[in-house]
Amino acid sequence: MVIRFTVNGVEREFAGDGEMPLLWYLRDHARLTGTKYGCGAGLCGACTVLVDGEARRSCVLPVSALAGSAVRTIEGLGASGLHAVQRAWIEEDVAQCGYCQAGQIMAATALLERRPDPSPEDVDAITNYCRCGTYARIRKAIARAAREMKK
Amino acid sequence: MSAPALAVSRRAFLQSSLTASGGLLLTPMFAPAALAQDAAAPPNPLGINLRIEPDNRVIIGSPSPEIGQGVKTSVPMIIAEELDADWSQVTVEQLPLGIDFSGAAPRWMYGPQGAGGSTSIPDAWAELRQIGAQARSLMRRAAAARWGIAPDAVATRDGQALHPDGRRLAYGELAAEAAALALPPDPVPLKPRSEYRVIGRPRRVVDAGDIVTGRARYGIDVQEPGACTAVMARCPYFDGDIASYDDTAARAVPGVRAVVVVPGPKPGEPLTANLATGIAVVADDTWSALKGREALKVEWTRGPWAAESSAALDAQCAELLSRTGQVVHDAGDFAAAREAAARVVSARYRVPFVSHAPLEPENCFVHVMADRARVIGPLQQPAGAQRVVHLVTGIPRPAISVEMTRSGGGFGRKLTNDFVAEAALISKATGLPIKLQWTRADDLQHDFYRPFGHHELVAALDAAGSVTGWTHRLASASKYYRRANVKPEDLWGPELYPDDFPARLVPHYRLEWHAVTSGIPRGSWRAPAHTANAFVVQSFLDEVALATGRDPLALRLAMLGDDREFDYAQHGGPKFHTGRLRAVLERVASAIGWGRKLPRGRGIGLAAHFTFGGYAAHAIEVEVSPRGELAFRRVVCAIDCGQPVNPLGIEAQMQGGTIDGLSTALNLEITIQDGRVRESNFDGYPLATMAQMPRDVEVIIVDSAEAPSGCGEMGIPTAAPALMNAIHAACGVRIRNLPVRDQLRAALVRAT
Repeated sequence: MVIRFTVNGVEREFAGDGEMPLLWYLRDHARLTGTKYGCGAGLCGACTVLVDGEARRSCVLPVSALAGSAVRTIEGLGASGLHAVQRAWIEEDVAQCGYCQAGQIMAATALLERRPDPSPEDVDAITNYCRCGTYARIRKAIARAAREMKK
Repeated sequence: MSAPALAVSRRAFLQSSLTASGGLLLTPMFAPAALAQDAAAPPNPLGINLRIEPDNRVIIGSPSPEIGQGVKTSVPMIIAEELDADWSQVTVEQLPLGIDFSGAAPRWMYGPQGAGGSTSIPDAWAELRQIGAQARSLMRRAAAARWGIAPDAVATRDGQALHPDGRRLAYGELAAEAAALALPPDPVPLKPRSEYRVIGRPRRVVDAGDIVTGRARYGIDVQEPGACTAVMARCPYFDGDIASYDDTAARAVPGVRAVVVVPGPKPGEPLTANLATGIAVVADDTWSALKGREALKVEWTRGPWAAESSAALDAQCAELLSRTGQVVHDAGDFAAAREAAARVVSARYRVPFVSHAPLEPENCFVHVMADRARVIGPLQQPAGAQRVVHLVTGIPRPAISVEMTRSGGGFGRKLTNDFVAEAALISKATGLPIKLQWTRADDLQHDFYRPFGHHELVAALDAAGSVTGWTHRLASASKYYRRANVKPEDLWGPELYPDDFPARLVPHYRLEWHAVTSGIPRGSWRAPAHTANAFVVQSFLDEVALATGRDPLALRLAMLGDDREFDYAQHGGPKFHTGRLRAVLERVASAIGWGRKLPRGRGIGLAAHFTFGGYAAHAIEVEVSPRGELAFRRVVCAIDCGQPVNPLGIEAQMQGGTIDGLSTALNLEITIQDGRVRESNFDGYPLATMAQMPRDVEVIIVDSAEAPSGCGEMGIPTAAPALMNAIHAACGVRIRNLPVRDQLRAALVRAT
């Protein structure tokens, strides 16, 4: 069975094992390696992408569930220049090792699309791990991006 | 760390030449073989420390692996400072491993290349400033020749040479002429601190643009032509083996190319080559390899440690501490001090095994060919990677190239190159270029864990409440347990640092150690033994103070006494200054308002510690509800790491170290049952999320002219004891057994 969906606006067809998690499709087949593997169980959020605008953990999302969906990855976020969230991440110097940050940025983008003026409690709802402990700067970057996006 | 003893050539270690595009190139004296083979090729951007192009770009090679400690930003800042470069024109490239084997002894070509022990900055400070300074001297001489004036009359600033009459020449315009000049024969003078324009100013992570767009390359992102992905099933039992296996179903999974046995170390062999016996499934992509591994049928033998469990280890520690152990340090006469004491205070603490859990699980690309090999991966100790590939393939080290990608965290895990050895064994067995990928379960179950131990502290106090005697008795599972060259009587070395506080500050001071027998692999976890020892010592200080009705800050200041300098023989020495430790403690105490009256349920805790040359302190204010719910109200830390190189990076490391310390102390433990690790993913090993952590971590950076230390490990040791002291101040519950988990709730609900 062929599964059709889009990744960053590009039409994709997949005829392989439908059980394959989107994460490994993106990394090994679409060669979009910005989305990272961290746990394979939907626990850490390193693999967060947007599916039809919602933040989803791609390591537990089989490709078979994607028929007709629009997937957006970190590579497609700032397709025409950097997205406000990406700029805020640079401005606040969030990254240490940087490995989780694509997932954090996608999670923050989904949050800001839903809540343009998030409270600290709204930000608490992001459960992506940062093993380096950049949480304080992530909060600052989300606040900065929210200000930018309102302009 | 077991890095080979490599010397850096201190004299004339640079050579200058012209780049293909007419720029200046400063390279180490020993050109990498790959460059020498094809002189006509354009300069490989790797293998070069410093390049100045005609378009004014300054390209600086970064020798140390970047694992999130920010060294790819901070080390080039040091070179750029001495060069007087314009930081906005600087780009940084990661250097590969550079060891020159042509001489009698191997030499580092670019200086030491490891990420461990917070050494990159101190090493760079000692060695790499000269590179920038020599390049600047070439620029001044080239400009002087152009203008017909003396080199001394040429000033430099922001990538330009300045004539006294106001004329300017950009470095790029001078690069070709500078390349024709001879390098100064002797080290050139370095800048005075008052003239710094790059060092000490906040600089953002140089790779930030690549990181936020997903372009940054980690080990997991390496995609070499023809490479297959390998995933392994490893024996979960410590030192267990394969009893039998059936790979029929695994081989039938579409995409699976091969199944190979990867032998573990032989009995008695140090666990340096690889960690556990296993079976590798090699496939066209990761998903096929994972499915193939799932289809493998393996029976394991349980090995010699099948009876080991966390409960049995606790019982072993209790039994050991009931006896006298190996006295490893004995100043004065503790027994007499105890005899004469007006008051004796003692307490026992427990520090669990914990896992490094870098968010990027171990992985490595290795291609073993007939007479050479390539290694590309997220490495903390690339020289060690080269050595293990040599050990398991027999290929001479000069024929093994090693490239470091960014690493998605390390925390000490990637100092051990077991995963590199595995990839090499699989590549050798299959003849294929291999990218080995570990899963999270592999990572949590096959780590080199932070040693576990039980600590007993005893303080003898005189009638005035002064501490006259101090004993620290530790039963722990040494991380040196399988080092062939370490004698049993030296196993305590990485577990207790005899010169740590309060050595020399208490007249009768004794350290005693007991070896715990355990089969679980142990290793270096960020700020190794400091995380355990600062927790117990700084917690115990509060217990001593409160037992005698003293203020915990006042007791610490009284023990530190006047500003003095002591010898410090362990890593981070050679000196320890009591005044620098006192200063960071006073800074955090003042910032958080130590001594102010707090509402019921709130408390402030303090801790200060000297780690690897840096002085750090935490002050934490918490609120504990009657039901035992913990909330952070304020977290302040201070660091004196000598001359601050990149304040933004130091702040990041202190914030991250704080979160690491708090997250680990609150929730994390690796437990053992039936001779194997029980935790297999983040559900059982729950790192803290944003909601569970303080919303901000305030960082005070002490300005200092002392030579810089690193700062990647200084933020952790004091976080846990400051938190435990704050919790006690808030609700009267003393946590002596980590992790905290539900102990607060249990204690408070029981009390009501």
